[in-house]
Amino acid sequence: MDTDIITVENLTARFGTNIVFEEVSFNVRKGEILVIVGESGCGKSTLLKMMIGLNRPVAGQIRFQGADIFSSGEQILGAYRKSIGVLFQSSALLGSMTLRENIELPLGEYTDLSPEEIDRIIKMKLGMVNLAGYDHHYPSELSGGMKKRAGIARAMALDPQVLFFDELSAGLDPVTAVELDDLILKTNSALGTSMVIVTHELESIYKIAHRVLMLDKQARGIIAEGHPRELKERSTDPRVTNFFRRQKPEASF
Amino acid sequence: MKVNMKAPYTKSYRVEVGSAEGRSVFGLSGDFSISNLSAFTSEIDARIRAIRPAFLTMDFSAIRYLDSAAALAFLTIKKREAQNGVDCAFVHLSNEAERIFSVIPEAALAQPPLKPQTERHNVLIQIGQSSVHIARDLMAFITFIGELIAAAVYTIRHPASLRWKDVLFYMHRAGVDGLPIVALIGLLTGLIIAFMSFLQLKQIGANIYVPALVSFAMVKELGPLMTAILVAGRSGSAYAAEIGTMVVNEEVDALMTMGFNPIRFLAMPKVLATILVVPILTIYSDFFGILGGLIIGVTSLDLTVTTYVTQSVKTIKVFDVVTSLIKASVFAALIAAIGCQKGFQVRAGAQDVGKFTTSAVVTAIFMIVLTDSIFAIMFYYIK
Repeated sequence: MDTDIITVENLTARFGTNIVFEEVSFNVRKGEILVIVGESGCGKSTLLKMMIGLNRPVAGQIRFQGADIFSSGEQILGAYRKSIGVLFQSSALLGSMTLRENIELPLGEYTDLSPEEIDRIIKMKLGMVNLAGYDHHYPSELSGGMKKRAGIARAMALDPQVLFFDELSAGLDPVTAVELDDLILKTNSALGTSMVIVTHELESIYKIAHRVLMLDKQARGIIAEGHPRELKERSTDPRVTNFFRRQKPEASF
Repeated sequence: MKVNMKAPYTKSYRVEVGSAEGRSVFGLSGDFSISNLSAFTSEIDARIRAIRPAFLTMDFSAIRYLDSAAALAFLTIKKREAQNGVDCAFVHLSNEAERIFSVIPEAALAQPPLKPQTERHNVLIQIGQSSVHIARDLMAFITFIGELIAAAVYTIRHPASLRWKDVLFYMHRAGVDGLPIVALIGLLTGLIIAFMSFLQLKQIGANIYVPALVSFAMVKELGPLMTAILVAGRSGSAYAAEIGTMVVNEEVDALMTMGFNPIRFLAMPKVLATILVVPILTIYSDFFGILGGLIIGVTSLDLTVTTYVTQSVKTIKVFDVVTSLIKASVFAALIAAIGCQKGFQVRAGAQDVGKFTTSAVVTAIFMIVLTDSIFAIMFYYIK
């Protein structure tokens, strides 16, 4: 895990006159699970949208295999998009298509595989996320956790080099969230896929993160970087320690 | 060797055939991934066919990159050759490659779908299903009209319960925002009728009847009809999409759990607003239709403005205007009710919203034409 796969350099995001963050720089290393945390409005989702090529930064670069994904032409951006997979907060499965058709979409579009090969890969991906047999189910027929897993199967369809997750455990019960964490760890360990995850769940962060980046609204950038336990125990910044040492408040009524 | 080293865009691989200890050996080197899967499987298949080995070893020691799709392809080849009686073995797998093979869920590959694929039925079954759908739709619409009438009665008894702010909002959306297009369509319709009737009437020297024909057609039929069709396209669809999206987002469920009647809360303001503005839009459309006829009359028929207006006014009776406004009000109620009802029928997803929005417009136009036919007969006998 010593080589960088994505390099973010001096990235700045702005909505009108409101600067969300400025001159943010960091790397995503091969095979690592990088978790981005921070309070609401600090720009986590904005940063993620830039990293997946949806939003252009006001300034700065996102380099993938040496090339800036935004200024090196549509071909590089297109190739980058094929090399990444994204799980959106709502899973974003296409409701009019079955799970099989959802996973088939990128395989049919970007590969020259035969229908038999595509069928085998779809079954493998569904099996990997414990949804074997759900080929012909529609997203509306699945629970929240199953939708997330189906979203992961679609994101992994092309064996991407980097997987991005927006609010991984949002809206899931604790048991399902733990299962999802296990799936993330298994996928990362077996396939060596780099992962960038935006989440607030402390338990999940401690369990899966190799490294954490903490963004701050006032600082308009990164205020801490490191392993979550290290940050919890060694950081002298109250904003960081407060985040990592917070506990669920006791019921007060 | 690091198998999980990420592959560059251009992949290169080699399959070298050799032999050792009585076994054919395929020495695999380079990158094996989903992007070159078809190429390397074809090459391996061709080499197997060429040498027809009884014992085959695939040597993974020189592989730089392997992904799960490629690993699955190797497993598939191994299984297939085993069925053909070939003893196929994988050797020199790195830890990373072992891990990739270990997560391939072989049981899942043989797992049949839990739910069968949706089949297309034959024509007879499709006709039967469509008939049932139409009957259900009709029942649902009648039920909805009943609920709407109940909501209207409640509103009359408790006027303060109506969201008047919403009524004004939808009056603006359906009425004020629709003025330009209603005016344009009315004007063009008047122009067309005047021009077409002039072409026919001039043959018998009856040009003087063009103003009467235009004003009669506009006020009696085309004004209410064209306006209603436009409102169905603009507002009926908007009502269906708006309520449908609210259903998908569970906003309607939220209203119900808070004790609100969604028909009273969401449908009543839209229906009332539409009933109030469509007759006004109809008069507006009639006016522009007559204006369109006037343009042709003055420019092509040598009629003066006064003559044209006098002829038009002489033709239009109060009864015609009243029946036209009654028709417009009924059309308005139908458009709004159908739009809202179709919105409430949405169950899940963006596709449902699109389907019911389209259905709202098509059903509204059908009902407008059907009701117009009934009105034509009814007013003939009343008169």
